[in-house]
Amino acid sequence: MTSQVDQSEAVDGSDGDGGRTGSGAQRPGAAGPAGPHAPGSPPPGGAKPVRRLDRVIIRFAGDSGDGMQLTGDRFTSETAAFGNDLSTLPNFPAEIRAPAGTLPGVSSFQLHFADHDILTPGDAPNVLVAMNPAALKANLPDLPRGAEIIVNTDEFTKRALAKVGYPADPLGDGTLDGFHLHKVPLTTLTLEALKDSGLARKDAERAKNMFALGLLSWMYHRPTHGTEAFLRGKFAKRPQIAEANISAFRAGWNFGETTEDFAVSYEIAPAALPAGRYRNISGNLALAYGLIAAAQRSGLPLYLGSYPITPASDILHELSKHKNFGVRTFQAEDEIAGIGAALGAAFGGALGVTTTSGPGVALKSETIGLAVSLELPLLVVDIQRGGPSTGLPTKTEQADLLQAMFGRNGEAPVPVVAPATPAECFDAALEAARIAVTYRTPVFLLSDGYLANGSEPWRIPDIGELPEIDPKFATEPNREDGAFWPYLRDPHTLARPWAVPGTAGLEHRIGGIEKQDGTGSISYDPANHDFMVRTRQAKVDGITVRPVEVDDPTGDARVLVLGWGSTYGPITAAVRRVRADGGEVAQAHLRNLNPFPANLGAVLRSYEKVIVPEMNLGQLALLLRAKYLVDAESYNQVRGLPFKAAQLADVLWAAIGSLDEEDHR
Amino acid sequence: MSDGDSEERGFPSLRLVPKAEAPQSARDFKTDQEVRWCPGCGDYAILAAVQGFMPELGVRRENTVFVSGIGCSSRFPYYMNTYGVHSIHGRAPAIATGLASSRRDLSVWVVTGDGDALSIGGNHLIHALRRNVNLKILLFNNRIYGLTKGQYSPTSELGKITKSTPMGSLDAPFNPLSLAIGAEASFVARTIDSDRQHLQSVLRAAAEHEGTALVEIYQNCNIFNDGAFEVLKEAGTRDEALIRLEHGQPIRFGAQAANGVFRGPDGELFTAPVTADNEARLLVHDAHAASPATAFALSRIADADTLHHTPIGVLRDVRRPVYDELMESQLTAAVEQRGPGDLATLLAGSDTWTVD
Repeated sequence: MTSQVDQSEAVDGSDGDGGRTGSGAQRPGAAGPAGPHAPGSPPPGGAKPVRRLDRVIIRFAGDSGDGMQLTGDRFTSETAAFGNDLSTLPNFPAEIRAPAGTLPGVSSFQLHFADHDILTPGDAPNVLVAMNPAALKANLPDLPRGAEIIVNTDEFTKRALAKVGYPADPLGDGTLDGFHLHKVPLTTLTLEALKDSGLARKDAERAKNMFALGLLSWMYHRPTHGTEAFLRGKFAKRPQIAEANISAFRAGWNFGETTEDFAVSYEIAPAALPAGRYRNISGNLALAYGLIAAAQRSGLPLYLGSYPITPASDILHELSKHKNFGVRTFQAEDEIAGIGAALGAAFGGALGVTTTSGPGVALKSETIGLAVSLELPLLVVDIQRGGPSTGLPTKTEQADLLQAMFGRNGEAPVPVVAPATPAECFDAALEAARIAVTYRTPVFLLSDGYLANGSEPWRIPDIGELPEIDPKFATEPNREDGAFWPYLRDPHTLARPWAVPGTAGLEHRIGGIEKQDGTGSISYDPANHDFMVRTRQAKVDGITVRPVEVDDPTGDARVLVLGWGSTYGPITAAVRRVRADGGEVAQAHLRNLNPFPANLGAVLRSYEKVIVPEMNLGQLALLLRAKYLVDAESYNQVRGLPFKAAQLADVLWAAIGSLDEEDHR
Repeated sequence: MSDGDSEERGFPSLRLVPKAEAPQSARDFKTDQEVRWCPGCGDYAILAAVQGFMPELGVRRENTVFVSGIGCSSRFPYYMNTYGVHSIHGRAPAIATGLASSRRDLSVWVVTGDGDALSIGGNHLIHALRRNVNLKILLFNNRIYGLTKGQYSPTSELGKITKSTPMGSLDAPFNPLSLAIGAEASFVARTIDSDRQHLQSVLRAAAEHEGTALVEIYQNCNIFNDGAFEVLKEAGTRDEALIRLEHGQPIRFGAQAANGVFRGPDGELFTAPVTADNEARLLVHDAHAASPATAFALSRIADADTLHHTPIGVLRDVRRPVYDELMESQLTAAVEQRGPGDLATLLAGSDTWTVD
């Protein structure tokens, strides 16, 4: 899912496929490339065959309290450290602790990793780890036949089965025929491994997720030292707990190594990514880093005014850790105060930022309008989630586009930037800051829950390659008579001067009332208002953005698929599939949604059919149709989950097919 | 007043604000904008008093900022030759919080009204007060909505007949000072638009205070609520109606200071004629008392209907940690503990791998 990779370099046209695409080469006796092994156990593969795969999709599923997100995170870190390309999809309920053992309480973490560049967390898991009957029941429909299922048999009690409506034990009644089932008493084995730990049974039981992690780490030859170091750090103040978790983790590894049930382990070679130093990064972390980088590159102190809201809160948490960068984080009394403080700080010369999700944007709308009128730089970060109203707080959606575009009173244009992948959130933050500071305007940064929590390898940039942002503060009067006019614009950018308090001679008053062009004095003059409305619009319309790039390898495609935001992964995976099967389709992806790239109209008109997949009911399509009068066709899904590559490939084939049909008519 | 005086007085809340190089006058704080309040509005008197007071601060004009919300009073920044923001309804405390907490070298003032601060912006007001950001909030209370032409406000008396309440308002009014004290305000004062000297003395105390200061200014709206505070202004009634508080002084009022404030056996405050017998038991005003109990009681001693026994002056002025100071000290501590942030190190994190 490395966004820097040119799509044409992709080697696997079947990205996102549910089926295992292993080469099947068995290498008995061969150790994994990293040779990871738990202390006290022989190296993996010493006795058992090793099978080579090019990619695997694993889903860890359990109760909200089972630690599945942590397990997934650790497996991801091990996988990143090993050098596979990867993409993740955490999926958890909005409730902190839904009733134990129930379907609504199931929390899962899916990870797709490969020896080549991949774009999505995968459509369907090859391996499901189900910690209880609810996890099995909730996830089984997503599994293709032949998938491996590892279940914790200890949790398959009559009562637990009844709770989720299993009339009989699915482990024995044929329900799982056609799957490769591993029945593992995870709880019993964990307790057995920890019997000398001195921990109470309840505490010892909690380590069963680490047992499962150890088992999977053995199966896929993951390096283990990172997890052990992580556990020691996490439980630094409770070494007994740290050691117990490490013991369970090693026991899981050894269990895989010794038990008959797990006959084969798998090897997925490191991916050949572009040269550089990499780390794994989630969208929210990348976004937070992008904000800090923007502050450093502009020389402006970062000021975050925010109110906690899922799925944006992690940015507040992250920025709060970096006060040594001069970052001020203000947890406000509400969403309105969050953006108000950010705007106040911007008036004082800070890089003002507010982070939120859809419901928060609704509350901030009036202040965003004020920022439009004041013409001050301000970043509004919207980590979109399912709506309307509270909607699906922990699920993804991209249905705030029109809110970002138009959700204010009056004519209040705001530039919109949308990252396409988790790592790209870093660049998008810098791009949004560049626009905000250069043009003195609030800017929307539209991420979503999928980007926020998903992760992928990120090539760490050199600081020198990052763009510089010049705030160009006003320091002197801008009139020959020595006066300062706060709305005397730069003729090229139409940006007004940014004069911050403390600058002598530039004292001025600005406000939300319409102001006279140039002087900024209150003006109710009709012609002036008309002029100012058009000028603010012209300023946003004139923002320089990169042209949209079209990926059309043969140049013969008749169908263009155009997306924005986090649909980049599944769309690109679908395009690869279609091409691998001989279809021709062109692809383009929008990072700038306001203004659109200057070449967008020409691009749209050069294809016979334009398909626009969106996780909303057609918001970008509406804008395209209105602005360019093209017959853009929407393909929509609002399930709180990303598209599947297979699903989009079908849509693209249908579009190609419909044109062929017309030809033959 | 000369610059030297303010140096002596010190205005501790402004110690980080650059000093003016030359003495200033009220004229320096006037703008070229035509003042557009209704003729006779109490806001004119407040504007003149504030412009007359600002030179006393002795800080640079360019380091002074007025932030307002929406309403008649909120036009105030346009008339002050400083930096200024006329923002949106109710949000001035939030915007000023962002400014004051990121720029400790500024003297930040909020101008608001009873509708702006107590109705639509009530939440921001109470949170600014509890945080104790270095802001001076001037709340112009005229007990009516002026800019929207005469609806009742959150400080209008119960039963008030207005355009939106032809049969009388059903809302019990807020007592702004009680509210502020309840919200942990560290500085609470009240003054009156027409008493320039008193108004300026309260501004002075507010400016000296470190943290958020709330100054309620009774302001006459001669169009929609004329004479609301007449009893506090008329020569014939004001002596009986007003209680002028002075820190460290026994609280007396009325002609020849014949009346005083006492604490009853149940702890409640009451007013009574001062006699030789009770004079020693007069309540001595202590604005710096750690407990807010007496200040709260004073804030409620006035008769809500007649406004008799309305205390003016500084009810409460205590030292409490100041938000922006704490924020700054965390930044400093973070640098001391971990060194100044290094972007390359941050981006690299701890778990990396290299692809050749």
